[in-house]
Amino acid sequence: MSGANLFGMCGPALVGLGLYGLITDPEPLRKILAFNLLGSGVFLIFGVIARRAAAAGVPSDPVPQAMVITAIVVAFAATALAVALVLRLLEQTGRATLSTDVPVREKPDP
Amino acid sequence: MTSWFFGDAGVALLVLAIGASTIFARKTFDAAIAFVVYGLLLAIAWVRLSAIDVALTEAAIGGGMTGTLLLGAVARLRSAEPDDTRLGLPIQLATGFCCALVAACLAAALLLLPETIPTLAPAVMENLADTGLGNPVAGVLFSYRALDTLLEKVVLLLALLGVWSLAPNNAWNGIPRLRLYDRPNSTLTFLAQLLPPVGVVVGIYMCWVGANEPGGAFQGGTVLAAMWLLVIIARLERAPSIGQLWLRVGLVVGPAVFLAVGLAGLVLANGFLAYPPGHAKAFIVTVEFALTISIAAVLAMLAAGPPQQVQQE
Amino acid sequence: MEFALDLFTVFTLLAGALFFLAGTVGLIRFPDPLTRLHALTKVDNLGLGLVVVGLVPQADGWVAALKLVIVWLLVQLSGAIVTQLIAGAIRERGPSA
Repeated sequence: MSGANLFGMCGPALVGLGLYGLITDPEPLRKILAFNLLGSGVFLIFGVIARRAAAAGVPSDPVPQAMVITAIVVAFAATALAVALVLRLLEQTGRATLSTDVPVREKPDP
Repeated sequence: MTSWFFGDAGVALLVLAIGASTIFARKTFDAAIAFVVYGLLLAIAWVRLSAIDVALTEAAIGGGMTGTLLLGAVARLRSAEPDDTRLGLPIQLATGFCCALVAACLAAALLLLPETIPTLAPAVMENLADTGLGNPVAGVLFSYRALDTLLEKVVLLLALLGVWSLAPNNAWNGIPRLRLYDRPNSTLTFLAQLLPPVGVVVGIYMCWVGANEPGGAFQGGTVLAAMWLLVIIARLERAPSIGQLWLRVGLVVGPAVFLAVGLAGLVLANGFLAYPPGHAKAFIVTVEFALTISIAAVLAMLAAGPPQQVQQE
Repeated sequence: MEFALDLFTVFTLLAGALFFLAGTVGLIRFPDPLTRLHALTKVDNLGLGLVVVGLVPQADGWVAALKLVIVWLLVQLSGAIVTQLIAGAIRERGPSA
């Protein structure tokens, strides 16, 4: 079993972990963390396919690599927007969750 | 089984363990720290997969910038009402089972790939000499799939617009409330005076060397953004108000130059984003430098967040 | 000559790995944040230093070797500063920081 196959099992495991955390954890910040984990698992799957597609003297197919670089940057942009939304929710309502059981501290709009 | 196999197995197991501790940690602060460690370990995994450009990007953006963002958010969220609602155990078990099923199917799909899979590497290497670049990933990013890179830059700007639009009404054109260090600290000031010159050289070097070796505009731009954030956090420079002209020009110069080069391709070569043969490298290097400036500005502003304070004139 | 250099690399890498191990054990087992910081500095300085010294004979060209040494110096700088900052925070707010 080669190294690429090892990471080929690690990537889907990370996808499963991230999906589990995304669904079960109620806090939005933990969901954002789990979403990033899910994303990086998917990127690892791309990386394994790139490694298996080595040919013509390059050790790894460059096209999936370029797609993963683009994807990492876009995932950071999405995370930044999500975190800004959570912080705004915190400012407006005093709580960082959308659950209806937690009391809301209404803050007057400045 | 060579020793490389055991090294790979060790890295894969560590990555899984840290990933699990990110999901199952009790406190969010522990989860954020574990996520930064996870990003750095993943960079090692990328090196073992022979994707060094991706490793640099993952360590810089995935580990460093996302970690900065998340740790800042965790610090502010300490004042929030805690949420103790948890899903019931049967639902957790069912979710765990379904997620394990998804993971198993993905792993099976990967392991059952045929021996030789369709690859674009020969096509990339055949025409790489025409672009004048030595790094095939840079060739894909700036020549074969240049439209993707242009649109990705625009996505970054759109995300920044989204973040800025979350400012309170009276703080529009204000200053982002980046968490500064409490009071001037001589140690941090020393670091912020010593490291940025080195960091700027490293950032420019990484952008320049990306034409022939692993590196590139994204990695270099991230290092520059980190140096700028360090200087702001150490209180050596104030965070700029988002209405400043130089900031807005810096944000837009990357995509604008890229778009201009693309439109010039309609005139000088045979299509949008085509390069005239023989001069491709000059165009690509111009685009990369403009892009590095923009990426540094966008990433730093995304990490700084929406404006909070009114601009003081 | 090649064999001697390879042997030197193996021994210094092993010694560096030993310091990494010692620092990690200290991080996990020491009782106090300040003592844990003390353990981590061994990793930054000696552990990484030995690894870099061991890899210098294997680098191709003195430019690559210089890059390795610069990496080690940068890690030392940032490690030292961050240790100072954490220790300052602990001194102010008590060990529960």
